[in-house]
Amino acid sequence: MNTDKVLDAKGLSCPMPVVRSKKAMDEIKTGQVLELHTTDSGALNDIPAWARSANHQVLDHQEENGVYKFWIQKG
Amino acid sequence: MENNKSTLVVFSGDLDKAIASFIIATGSAAMGNQVTMFFTFWGLNILRKDQGISVDKTFLDKMFGKMLPRGPEKLGISKMNFGGLGAKLMKYTMKKKNISTLQELIELAQELDIKMVACTMSMDVLGIKKEELIDGLEYAGVASYLADAQESKINLFV
Repeated sequence: MNTDKVLDAKGLSCPMPVVRSKKAMDEIKTGQVLELHTTDSGALNDIPAWARSANHQVLDHQEENGVYKFWIQKG
Repeated sequence: MENNKSTLVVFSGDLDKAIASFIIATGSAAMGNQVTMFFTFWGLNILRKDQGISVDKTFLDKMFGKMLPRGPEKLGISKMNFGGLGAKLMKYTMKKKNISTLQELIELAQELDIKMVACTMSMDVLGIKKEELIDGLEYAGVASYLADAQESKINLFV
């Protein structure tokens, strides 16, 4: 998938994955895609909830060896 | 979805409740909300500078100033504090688990433009002066809190 920015938030716990994602989103343009890596198991629910509230779209997510990856399009 | 507001009254000066308040506040700001935190009574201790500041005070105010914790590092936890040992253990385990400290969360809140308001009436009661609190605060009373709360979809009392 096309990614415009990668954010490594591995090892960080609530609320940092969401806060860092927000900051990363501020740095890209509408329609561009952020790739987020996190190890916070709450992220599976948290990232979609944050994206919904902030008007972004989660395009895809995957889990690999305890790392959750999200592709989020800026709205 | 734009311009939603969240308001928190931070009444408690317990470390655990302060951390919870700042996690909700910074999370809400990350979700694009405009956040106001209104600090009153014991909650003001969270905003105190850790060094002693010499200001002109009455005897009683000075005693209060000495007895109340100065800033995030000095706060106790609401349960199992055991004279400060509990707070130390809590900070130790949170650090090991890579959870942000209260100090970091406060800085993050300022970075995210969260409005932090100190209640002037409580400052009078506890004898706390502006010089003793961290920079970047606003000073107000119940009306300005209510004005923000009326426009908020989320309003918490901690």
